Amino acid sequence: KCPRVSPVVTLCYCFVSPQIRVKPDNTGVVTDGVKHSMNPFCEIAVEEAVKLKEKKLIKEVVAVSCGPQQSQETIRTALAMGADRGIHVDVSGKDYENLGPLQVSKILAALAKQEDAQLILLGKQAIDDDCNQTGQMTAALLDWPQGTFASEVSLEGDKINLVREIDGGLEHIKINTPAVITADLRLNTPRYATLPNIMKAKKKKIATVKPADLGVDLTSRLEVLKVEEPPQREAGMKVETVEDLVVKLKEAGRV
Amino acid sequence: MLLGLTGGRLLPSPRRCLLHCRHIKSAATAASGVGDGVLSAFRSICGEDGVSLGEAVREQHGKDESVHRCRPPDVVVFPRCVEEVSALAKVCHKHRLPIIPFGTGTGLEGGVGAVKGGVCFSLRNMEQVLDLHPEDFDVTVEPGVTRKALNAYLRDTGLWFPVDPGADASLCGMAATSASGTNAVRYGTMRENVMNLEVVLADGSIVHTAGKGRRPRKTSAGYNLTNLFVGSEGTLGIITKTTLRLYGIPEAMVSAVCSFPSVQAAVDSTVQTLQAGVPIARIDPEFLDDVMIDACNRFSSLSYPVTPTLFLEFHGSEQSLEEQVKTAEDITQSNGGSDFQWARDTETRNRLWKARHDAWYAALALRPGCKAYSTDVCVPLSRLPQIIVETKEDLIENRLTGPIAGHVGDGNFHCLMVVDPNNPEEMHRVHLFTERLARRALAMDGTCTGEHGVGLGKRALLCEEMGPVGIQVMRSLKDTLDPNSLMNPGKILQREEP
Repeated sequence: KCPRVSPVVTLCYCFVSPQIRVKPDNTGVVTDGVKHSMNPFCEIAVEEAVKLKEKKLIKEVVAVSCGPQQSQETIRTALAMGADRGIHVDVSGKDYENLGPLQVSKILAALAKQEDAQLILLGKQAIDDDCNQTGQMTAALLDWPQGTFASEVSLEGDKINLVREIDGGLEHIKINTPAVITADLRLNTPRYATLPNIMKAKKKKIATVKPADLGVDLTSRLEVLKVEEPPQREAGMKVETVEDLVVKLKEAGRV
Repeated sequence: MLLGLTGGRLLPSPRRCLLHCRHIKSAATAASGVGDGVLSAFRSICGEDGVSLGEAVREQHGKDESVHRCRPPDVVVFPRCVEEVSALAKVCHKHRLPIIPFGTGTGLEGGVGAVKGGVCFSLRNMEQVLDLHPEDFDVTVEPGVTRKALNAYLRDTGLWFPVDPGADASLCGMAATSASGTNAVRYGTMRENVMNLEVVLADGSIVHTAGKGRRPRKTSAGYNLTNLFVGSEGTLGIITKTTLRLYGIPEAMVSAVCSFPSVQAAVDSTVQTLQAGVPIARIDPEFLDDVMIDACNRFSSLSYPVTPTLFLEFHGSEQSLEEQVKTAEDITQSNGGSDFQWARDTETRNRLWKARHDAWYAALALRPGCKAYSTDVCVPLSRLPQIIVETKEDLIENRLTGPIAGHVGDGNFHCLMVVDPNNPEEMHRVHLFTERLARRALAMDGTCTGEHGVGLGKRALLCEEMGPVGIQVMRSLKDTLDPNSLMNPGKILQREEP
């Protein structure tokens, strides 16, 4: 008997830029005018959710994103990939700058209860902050089992078989539903959103909620003190002989 | 282009050229062609970091993915915008310095070799995607944007740029060489898909070939300057922007494989499928001959029958695909085709096409330690079986290893000549073979280069192909746009020595 779960897939609206620049006041990086799109690991999570729905193992895929107005675009992309409807949690301005994994996981936990979700799928980490915390925190807040760094997911009755990519190799676990799963790179290859699907996605609904409506307090427990660039790479130096090299290394205090 | 992979994938860094560079001037005399005054002019235009005399940097910019040896420039400059390109070109023009534009260095005909030294304009810092108009299906890009980077950028829009020469090439570079790819049968080559170019001429003037910012889907306004520069291989100007035609990502794709008893049967099937094709099949057939299939079987542990094989791909909506595949299957069977397999999902499709994707490596694995050179002739479809048969006989007679892979739908095929670069006798035999092959193609109303360009190696063949009047017209255009012969000397046209 397969579970009729309604998973909630969360998306990160993160920025994708080849050149990161630190703001002049060292409080963060420049995000104005930088192209933002769906976090690649979240794309994999959406793809997995859509695949599960295509196999008729789950009932409905809801795509969620927390951020300013523009993050609705990433929800649209998820809808074009096959999600059924979207929820945009409107967070902007100073609140958005301070938005971190703890706040997002509180939001997701609240939404999961509201939507009666059985499965939450996320990317393992966002490529702009590399925190790798949201999935784990969400599971803890809901007191649900978690399967992180998933490279294979299969549903078996009301349990989930998961293969996790860990440093030592591959770990096979079985967890109960409801559960939180975070997607790793090799879980699948996300599909492209095709034009016809993008058109169909325009008709799908995106509901907007505010964190306050969910009873979530967005105050951050962290204060960013400073952001600075790594030290500039200095020019190298050529030496003629090995003896010279040793002398230079000693001078620099390296040996 | 070649099958989906070129030597560019084989070695991601171009440091290979170190093996070939035999006549490199040392750093001390590197700038002998370029005086200090000129260098400081360059630096004031693109900054201290924007000018390089380093030996490694110059070697990197003197070689592409061909077998032609490295010919480094005297100096490499890295402009950041078209205004800098124009200012640099003016300096070069004033001092009569050769100018060689450089995109990604993934060409196959030695097009970036600085045969007369000079200044290499490396355009990789101009890497913006400008002006995307999804509703109009067009986008403008700078030279540092590669094909894959653009398609990644376009993902969310449901659009893509389908011309795929295999390597992750600069799109402006693809315009400069009139690149093509496996999808050309359906989507056309760069000639059909470049709508406008921004070009810096030898004297620094900036021209927009269809008018600045213009992107109508069709035009009959004046001379077709856009297509004059497409394929000019850097000999008429430096391309700093290209406006490209985009297409919708296909809703679904099906891949199929089929074996045939003979080359003729494979080609006949292709022609008939194309003829049957208006509402249905739009095929991108890839043809591998028996030698190639054998190599692939050995390399990838596959077990395709060792006979000429076609790899087809169908794009379309779910409903139309079933019909297309059925029609294609019927046609192949009526031509004696067998083992028709097809697949819809990505994983199985990748397995089916593994042979084709690995063909380059499989060819190299036939003779470890050797290098590969690809021929590139193109003939009318009806002559393809004959030229392939004659070419195979030539290969056997001359004891050469040359598995064949081709874009059958275009009449274009490549022999992957696997050669030992340290064996001058063999290299000579290969050289003669490629000349015979080109002449065979020309005799069949074809061309000596379907996709790769003329570059250094095919200038004499171009003269045979075009005839003296054609070459004279080309020369007049070149002399008008570049009277001092500064733009990428030694390519496409042979200069008469003064």
